Amino acid sequence: MSILVILEQRGELRSCALEAASAAAALGKKAGLDVNAVLVGRSLESQADKLAGFNIKKLFLYDDEKLENYSNDAYVGIVKELVGELSATVIIGSASFLGKELCASLAGRLACELAQDVIGLDWDGACVVKKPVFAGKAIQEIKLTDSLQMVSLRPNLFTVETDGDAKPEVETRSMPELSIRTVIKDIVRASEGKIDLSEARIVVSGGRGLGGPEPFAMLQELADQLGGAIGASRAAVDSGWIDHTNQVGQTGKVVTPDLYIACGISGAIQHLAGMRTSKIIVAINKDADAPIFKIADYGIVGDLFEVVPALKEELGKLAG
Amino acid sequence: MKIAVIVKRVPDTASVIKIGPDNKSVETDGLKFVLSPYDEHAVEQAVQLAEKGECEVVVVSAGGEECKETMRMALAMGADSGVLVKDDAITKATGKGVAICLAGALKDMGVDLIFAGKQAVDDDGSQVAERVAELLNISHASVINGFILGEGKVEVVREIEGGSYNMEIPLPALFTAQKGLNTPRYPKLPNIMKAKKKEIKELSLADIGVSEADITSGLEVTSMEYPRERSGGRVLEGDTPARVAELVNILKEDEKVIYTQRA
Ligand SMILES: Cc1cc2nc3c(=O)[nH]c(=O)nc-3n(C[C@H](O)[C@H](O)[C@H](O)COP(=O)(O)OP(=O)(O)OC[C@H]3O[C@@H](n4cnc5c(N)ncnc54)[C@H](O)[C@@H]3O)c2cc1C
Ligand SMILES: Nc1ncnc2c1ncn2[C@@H]1O[C@H](COP(=O)(O)O)[C@@H](O)[C@H]1O
Repeated sequence: MSILVILEQRGELRSCALEAASAAAALGKKAGLDVNAVLVGRSLESQADKLAGFNIKKLFLYDDEKLENYSNDAYVGIVKELVGELSATVIIGSASFLGKELCASLAGRLACELAQDVIGLDWDGACVVKKPVFAGKAIQEIKLTDSLQMVSLRPNLFTVETDGDAKPEVETRSMPELSIRTVIKDIVRASEGKIDLSEARIVVSGGRGLGGPEPFAMLQELADQLGGAIGASRAAVDSGWIDHTNQVGQTGKVVTPDLYIACGISGAIQHLAGMRTSKIIVAINKDADAPIFKIADYGIVGDLFEVVPALKEELGKLAG
Repeated sequence: MKIAVIVKRVPDTASVIKIGPDNKSVETDGLKFVLSPYDEHAVEQAVQLAEKGECEVVVVSAGGEECKETMRMALAMGADSGVLVKDDAITKATGKGVAICLAGALKDMGVDLIFAGKQAVDDDGSQVAERVAELLNISHASVINGFILGEGKVEVVREIEGGSYNMEIPLPALFTAQKGLNTPRYPKLPNIMKAKKKEIKELSLADIGVSEADITSGLEVTSMEYPRERSGGRVLEGDTPARVAELVNILKEDEKVIYTQRA
């Protein structure tokens, strides 16, 4: 019996990987189980240093040129073998785009239950998790009752805590023989330097109140000042003012930033589902009766074309 | 070419969710049910392919009799027929069990392509489709925003945080649809009428060689709760410069949620 944590990388460990390692360490302590970790990629030896203080016994590093980028066939095949070899009973991954796919495929192959995108992880003889359903309109508490249990953790939510500076023992392995059916032709990165919506600590969102695509430039400037990312309501996306990857809500992204600033967004139930777990919500809307004010921590009733520039100016003073 | 789309019946996203007296489940009385929004994108993709070439599109669901209502929505969008794996035990099954039922129905259908939604908007399980691909031992890609059919293979665009993968995948394969894939059509009235006459074949668990034990849940929902209540906070008063100054001060000094200032 042991815990295996799957660490996600993109050339280096992603922050969700450290979150998973930290949560695994806490769970291991509670459950009295050893924690091992697996990292699949290319030339990642140096990353082991970042794993000090998580009480990870052993890090299994699969290193190959062909493993540089996520390949479902390869990654699932590798982790599945390792689960068997270690007789791991608890598997912890990240509920990122690729992490969810990996966990779902792995659970299919191992025929075990899986709770994706959990926001709470505890132990009571088995994993007990909190899992949002209906895009967070309700939260289930689930006890995984089978001997093999698997969870993926919502990124950006679990805090990273270390205890001491003990580093894991590293075992580097080459790629096992696997058939890889899919071919990655190209990896497209959205504009360099931009912070991704699902990982941003601060999100500035625009809705129909913007009236067109141009004012998103103004929101982008505000987001840049704050080191944040741009979100949008479905109305703005469906109007073609901004790309759908920016949509926040039940059929968009669920975000949990520290600060969410909604500009010209009414606060429809489907939108709230995507952002209501933000730490602080600020609403800027000219309609004092807009539902968004019912959940906003701070509200400014006013024209966003007046308020947003003023906000930019005020923030500018801080920088100066 | 034969295409299957796996579709799920879910409460309308506009629904207010009420937790039932058992504190473990959702009250379904008064809820309006729809085809899960991402599954609409999946159906649309299949129907568009059928419009371009010789394709048969079959929608497949697992659940109770009520699933037929949502399957008809997919049929009205242009799918040709339906297959429903029907058993009361399925309503208690988790994603693991549901996938076993769907794979059981799909395994002998001779499909080249399977589409699904990236997640069902009720349980947000995000796993049934990938499990089906595993059980059928076919390749797959999740969360796709682009799809081009080639000879014996497809090219897809798969979303990741801050970017995408352009991938080539051999058929047969399964894909889960993300919002950017297409714009689902609204079925026209004549098509809704036609859909009523399309065949929905029923399969029992026995028909697909699955036992109730195969689909028993390995987890237990112990309770359900609402998210932390957010009561409306403070509406700031004063002229714009004053309100904005107060807001920035609060966010920086009290809430400590502003950290980065670019010079
Ligand atoms: C199946 C389904 C799924 C959906 N999923 C999502 C989803 O994931 N995300 C989502 O966001 N929506 C979703 N919706 C849509 C949702 O129901 C709303 O229609 C949408 O969120 C409204 O967007 P909005 O708030 O920008 O627009 P509106 O509701 O039109 O609100 C615009 C607001 O801007 C304010 N305003 C206008 N001008 C100004 C100004 N100059 N200054 C300040 N304020 C101004 C107005 O007072 C108003 O409150 C979904 C709907 C369905 C049916
Ligand atoms: N009972 C079901 N019947 C048919 N398809 C389903 C069922 N449950 C889930 N699916 C499919 O699997 C996708 C992901 O569902 P889930 O894993 O529940 O989030 C859905 O969008 C559907 O395409």
